[in-house]
Amino acid sequence: MTIQFNEETFRDDYSFHNSDWAIKRFPFPFHEDSYMYAVNMEQHRGGPEGSVYEKRFDVDEHYVSEMRDRAMVLADDPLRCQSLPHMTLAGWDLLELIMVSKSEDYPDLFELHRNGNQWRWVNKPLGIDDTFTFLDETTLPYGPMEYITRQAQGDFCVLDQRDDMLWMDAGMVTTQADWSLDFDIGMNFFEWHAPVPLAHEMGIFKRALKFLLNIQQGAPARRLNWTMTVNPLLDTSPENYHKWGIQKTTLTPENIGAKQHLRVELQTFFRLPRSNALVFPIRCYLCSFQDLMTMPKWGRRLHRVVRDLPEELATYKGFIDNRPMMLDYLSQFDDGLPTSRGVWPDLDTEPALKKSS
Amino acid sequence: MSAAPQKAKAGAEKIDVTVSAVVPLNELVTRFEFKAKDGRDLPTFSAGAHTVVQMNDQGRTRLNPYSIMSDPADTSHYAISVRRDDEGRGGSLFMHRNVKVGDEMTITFPVNLFSLDLRARKQVFIAGGIGITPFMAMIAQMERLGGQWELHYSVRTEALGTYVQELSYKHPGKVHVYYDDQSQAIALEDLLDGQPLGTNVYVCGPKGMIDWVHATASAAGWPDANVHSEEFTKPQPGKPFQVRLCKSDKVIDVGEHESLLEAIERSGVEAPFLCRGGACGQCETDVVSFDGDFIHRDHWLDDDQHANGSKIMPCVSRFVGKSLELDR
Repeated sequence: MTIQFNEETFRDDYSFHNSDWAIKRFPFPFHEDSYMYAVNMEQHRGGPEGSVYEKRFDVDEHYVSEMRDRAMVLADDPLRCQSLPHMTLAGWDLLELIMVSKSEDYPDLFELHRNGNQWRWVNKPLGIDDTFTFLDETTLPYGPMEYITRQAQGDFCVLDQRDDMLWMDAGMVTTQADWSLDFDIGMNFFEWHAPVPLAHEMGIFKRALKFLLNIQQGAPARRLNWTMTVNPLLDTSPENYHKWGIQKTTLTPENIGAKQHLRVELQTFFRLPRSNALVFPIRCYLCSFQDLMTMPKWGRRLHRVVRDLPEELATYKGFIDNRPMMLDYLSQFDDGLPTSRGVWPDLDTEPALKKSS
Repeated sequence: MSAAPQKAKAGAEKIDVTVSAVVPLNELVTRFEFKAKDGRDLPTFSAGAHTVVQMNDQGRTRLNPYSIMSDPADTSHYAISVRRDDEGRGGSLFMHRNVKVGDEMTITFPVNLFSLDLRARKQVFIAGGIGITPFMAMIAQMERLGGQWELHYSVRTEALGTYVQELSYKHPGKVHVYYDDQSQAIALEDLLDGQPLGTNVYVCGPKGMIDWVHATASAAGWPDANVHSEEFTKPQPGKPFQVRLCKSDKVIDVGEHESLLEAIERSGVEAPFLCRGGACGQCETDVVSFDGDFIHRDHWLDDDQHANGSKIMPCVSRFVGKSLELDR
């Protein structure tokens, strides 16, 4: 299909919006009526047609506007993109992975023409047509990782693998759920996850690390993570907390449906072939509560998940203060009927909301 | 989540290849080259990676890991070098006796358990015998990156010095060869003493050599993280034993010359694996109950796990005793 790109903003007037198509394919993260941490990994080799899982790097209607927002973040704060000196080869690996994937998965939008190390890259949505020499940094306007991730939705952590450990040694991070690349750069897997509650005690990170160290070429993996964001903000960084944190206090019973967004991260993991590094793309999808409520199953389930979430998690995810107001809103969409298993909306089979008298 | 659940496959992804060259190098070592059957380039790999070659030996499947020794920048083919082991379980003999140019085989995607530390200011490679193979690829990669390196290569005799001539000719001054039969030995303490800060050492060869390098470097104050080694343990024959696989509800017999992993696979139960040499951790299996003694040979489980009998690595480890039940 040809994608109609939205003209929209993720700041100031927040004109971000999801089309019906985008709502239907939103990666709703709860496969049952409750939530607890799990490593919850599965292979990333396609998925149902049209879903966000189908392509290696999903491109959707927000692409052009998201890339514009990234450029603004970088102009204000260049440290959102960093690559330690030994990570340049991994940057080229990532550039190749994204260019090959996008040109194969979206031939109407992206083209890659390779003649030995002379490469021509055409990105039609962003109006880019560049010729460069693969593995020669002097032929690109930025380093290879920065060049390609200015043209790819989602954040990218490029993790070096040494001593049976992963190290946050490069990344492009402008759409993050309140963590800082500049703070975490050079840290190992346990260090950068230190702030997460409960999961350490559950042994989640030890198991996750073992899994990640063993991700092999040709066998990428994925999982979902989620949090809550007031207003459709991509850049919820600690660096800018003074700008967005206060917006959490602007929720009212009248505006919560439009302002409160479920923020879902589609996290994928690919082994990079030349450097043996691991790339960890974190793709952020936003959907307002009122849009989510158009799917009766999601309405019922979101209410139950938010209601029953342990206090530590609601605190960590930053919505403990707003939880009562969220529940007042969400409870209108929960008639107590059972929900079908799995993440899909099942719009054709799930009953419509029974109006309470 | 469960967006589109797919079952994890045992082993790395597979590639169908055609044998494009078989080159005997000396009395013991032969090089085999593979091209993709579909004529396309093979997947890019990083120096130090290995591939698992699947052999169909008269109905018996053999899976042996070999380092990819060709230049990582050239993905038109992969090359491995196989040392014939007349005492071994038969994989290398099969390669030497049966594999011909034009044969179709299956190999796995490259897996790297011995990668270069790209932060290193200098790389020192120490090879013993057939342990030279990963360094062939590492040297090609370092030459391309313009990095500093040197090789210290110990061989038995001049006649058995696989790739000695090629390496010495291409990289004079960087390649140092030591002949056992001329009583030459690597002066390891001196070698380690003279290295600039930020040097990394890599060793591949017999177990004794690997232990010697680790111990000497450690005694000289080198950080463990700067000393890398790769050792694939080969499964050793042993007394046959019986195992109950709880999840699959099967009782299987492990023969004298097969590994526990091979016996599990033979019974039709899929088990995860990557290296088949006790190093990668992929085949780690929980023990449900046991009455007897484990013969642990892996480099993956820690001493406690070996001692308490909670886990076993079926690719290389065995069991002697009355009964063993596994969570598989």
